[in-house]
Amino acid sequence: MSATASDQSDAADSGPVLAADGTPLKKSLNRALRAQKLRALALIAPLLIFVLMAFIAPIGDMLFRSVENRIVSNTIPMTARVLEDWDGESDLPPPATFEALYYDLFLAAEARRHTRLGTRLNYEQTGLSSLFRSSGRGVDDVGEDQRDLLEDLDPQWEEAGFWHGLMQGNGDSDRALLLDQRARLAALAGESFQGDIGFTPGEDIVALLPQTAREYTAFALFTVIEDEDVVAEEEPWESVYTALVQDLRTADLSLYSGPGAAELTRAQAALAELPPIDFAAAFEQIDEDWIAPPVWDTIKMYSPDYTTGYFLNAVDMQKTTDGPEMRPEGERIYATLFKRTLFMSLMITFSCILLAYPVAFLLSNLPMRSANMLMILVLLPFWTSLLVRTSAWKIMLQQQGVINDVLVWLGLVGDDARLVMINNQLGTIIAMTHILLPFMILPMYSVMSTIPESYTRAAKSLGATNWTAFWRVYFPQSVPGIGAGSILVFILAIGYYITPEIVGGTTGTFISNRIAYHISSSLNWGLAAALGSILFAVVLVLYWAYDRIVGIDNVKLG
Amino acid sequence: MNGEYRLAYDGGEDAFVAFEHVQKSYDGETLVVKDLNLTMPKGEFLTMLGPSGSGKTTCLMMLAGFETATHGEIKLGGVSINNIPPHKRGIGMVFQNYALFPHMTIAENLAFPLEVRKLGKAEREQKVRRALDMVQMGEFGSRRPAQLSGGQQQRVALARALVFEPELVLMDEPLGALDKQLREHMQFEITNLAHDLGITTVYVTHDQTEALTMSDRVAVFNDGRIQQLAPPDELYEAPGNSFVAQFIGENNTLAGRIKSMRGEDVTVELDTGEIVAAKAVNVTGAGERTLVSIRPERVEIDTEKLGPDAQTIRAEVLEFIYMGDIFRTRLRVAGRDDFIIKTRNSPDQRRLKKGEVISIGWLPRDCRALDA
Repeated sequence: MSATASDQSDAADSGPVLAADGTPLKKSLNRALRAQKLRALALIAPLLIFVLMAFIAPIGDMLFRSVENRIVSNTIPMTARVLEDWDGESDLPPPATFEALYYDLFLAAEARRHTRLGTRLNYEQTGLSSLFRSSGRGVDDVGEDQRDLLEDLDPQWEEAGFWHGLMQGNGDSDRALLLDQRARLAALAGESFQGDIGFTPGEDIVALLPQTAREYTAFALFTVIEDEDVVAEEEPWESVYTALVQDLRTADLSLYSGPGAAELTRAQAALAELPPIDFAAAFEQIDEDWIAPPVWDTIKMYSPDYTTGYFLNAVDMQKTTDGPEMRPEGERIYATLFKRTLFMSLMITFSCILLAYPVAFLLSNLPMRSANMLMILVLLPFWTSLLVRTSAWKIMLQQQGVINDVLVWLGLVGDDARLVMINNQLGTIIAMTHILLPFMILPMYSVMSTIPESYTRAAKSLGATNWTAFWRVYFPQSVPGIGAGSILVFILAIGYYITPEIVGGTTGTFISNRIAYHISSSLNWGLAAALGSILFAVVLVLYWAYDRIVGIDNVKLG
Repeated sequence: MNGEYRLAYDGGEDAFVAFEHVQKSYDGETLVVKDLNLTMPKGEFLTMLGPSGSGKTTCLMMLAGFETATHGEIKLGGVSINNIPPHKRGIGMVFQNYALFPHMTIAENLAFPLEVRKLGKAEREQKVRRALDMVQMGEFGSRRPAQLSGGQQQRVALARALVFEPELVLMDEPLGALDKQLREHMQFEITNLAHDLGITTVYVTHDQTEALTMSDRVAVFNDGRIQQLAPPDELYEAPGNSFVAQFIGENNTLAGRIKSMRGEDVTVELDTGEIVAAKAVNVTGAGERTLVSIRPERVEIDTEKLGPDAQTIRAEVLEFIYMGDIFRTRLRVAGRDDFIIKTRNSPDQRRLKKGEVISIGWLPRDCRALDA
């Protein structure tokens, strides 16, 4: 070893190894490799971007839907906030809840969003969909008497310009409220509520009549941006009048001198003679379900932004006021479906192993020419539509189908006792075994063709019979192929949709069919996402277990 | 003369391994092995040597039972084994790629032949240990084949082929994958083991040095036939035909025609006109085309040393290569410029210069007239 070399190794003992120019060797190595890495990245970039956009992102979004529940707090935000403070002990929430629900529902009905919330909550409790739909119409009538009184008192209250002046005020304007309302509407309607609306609420009036200012601002935003009208020319919504009535019950007008001060004072005096609006009673009149405790329990349970409800549903449980509990016996379907999916996938994997092993063995032991010929036969099904192959099995297996006809003709089966082989588990297992068989043969074949003949020969020369040579020497070396094929087939099977849909009937359907149902028919995407997430997790857990038991290094695809 | 040694066993009652008129064809059109006759006594180390495609490996596989003879009979200990499956033949075999079972440890690999013979556990362990010690691999019993070097795997493969004490061991180019130094070492070990244990060994190789250093007898294969079956020294010094002469060791050939023939002594007129005396090997009479063969180390540049019988010829030095222990000189002789001579690097040895014209000579008995 030369002097310099030993110096370097000394340096290595005391600190990081340095390159010739004194920079740490690691850094200098990284710099040298960076260009290479960037070039490699550039090569895979198109695929990476495609996969991210077309695969990872949509799947992530879909999985997120399994817990996402912002529709409640977006549609009826004030109600959700009030319900947070309700302990759920009393049968009904405090009266303020009904008032909040009135304003929320009124705006939601204007934006035509209340029915969506109804649909969402209907997943949890039947009947809520129609309750919300009818209530969206009913809220217009709340506080009708008070509104009539105002309009009779002074025709100004029916004038759009007067309202505009009153709400605009003369002094400073309250931009914070405007921003709040923009956000509220954006969350509700799912679109942007930006842009000039020719109105800003006055600071004085916001302090004096907070609810009125809030509802008027919402009305103004909606009128300009959604309806594309001019605020100063539109008469406000009923909810603005109702808010004014409520505000005037407590407002102290003595110090107010802005626009409409006189009208407000007169209105306050006149309204004092009428009884206050009873929102609870008003809702009871719209639909008496509103004073039924389960409705409010459900709304409170599902008002947080994120919920475990979909996942609980997916495992046959439900949220109750006492925490999660199992659904009644007759309503449990998903556990059965999951168990059936796992069981049938295992059956399919197992029958694929049994059928594929001899074929792969034969293929790997034939001369190249004949092996290639047979390989084409194995791959042939890939060139036929999946739908065609599945439908072909329907023709083969049905009671008036080819197999039954042959069996009857042979006299093995009576004409009145034709076998039921389709629209049940048996049919699904047969058809899917056939469809997934190539995925088992290919990895097996590629592993088997790498096992040199000399191993079996060596075993025989050492005194092993054909069977012993196969079982003790050949078979253990082909296990990686079985493993690879099994993982492939099992994971494909567990998420299979088309074949069970066509030949599965009612007893042979998979969880994937239920997921598809929720995606395309019931439109309960949250539940579909929860079911999908569980399926995904099951696959990952099985993969992990397989890695622990067999070792993923033992899986070879070639 | 070349059959003398072999005749001692031919048809003998003590022939342990015998091929009788064995033929083999894979496609029904061409014969890979053409009429093979071979007998081996017990304890012999016989090497099948030949270029690839010469049929040597096929012969080995037929003996092991992995190929069936198309015609003829293969006997082991006097009994025909044509219809006995490989696992009942009790023949140890070492494969080219060792064929150690990768999913078993070394000890399990060695125990395998004992297990299938239903030996008890204690006896198995004892035999495995002894076999591993025999190849100095005692500490490696618990390793997997992939954790061993090529040379170590080679030893294990050897131990596995010997652990069940077969009387006949076949080796199919077992040292082909090793580097030169290791190969030479293993050659030595294998021959020692085989002789110590008194095992009959059939060894297949295409490496002539290996064949010459290891074997009692070498069977040179070409074109599906045994060209010559003889002990190494005879094979080298008295090749039976020009293929063997060319294949074994380095050889100078000069083409010509037999001028006259008296007993074993022939005179050959080379194509360039020179007359040389040679010993007849497989030529029949005057007028026949012949290849005269002389080993490079039998050619002298100091013709004085050879005595009066010496055959001398003029040569021009084309190339002089210093190789350390020897000098290798390429000459132009009788119109051919690939005539090689090897001279020992002794203190008094002259170093030839390129372009120098010298006289070289050899003894007529070292010059053999072979078939053309």
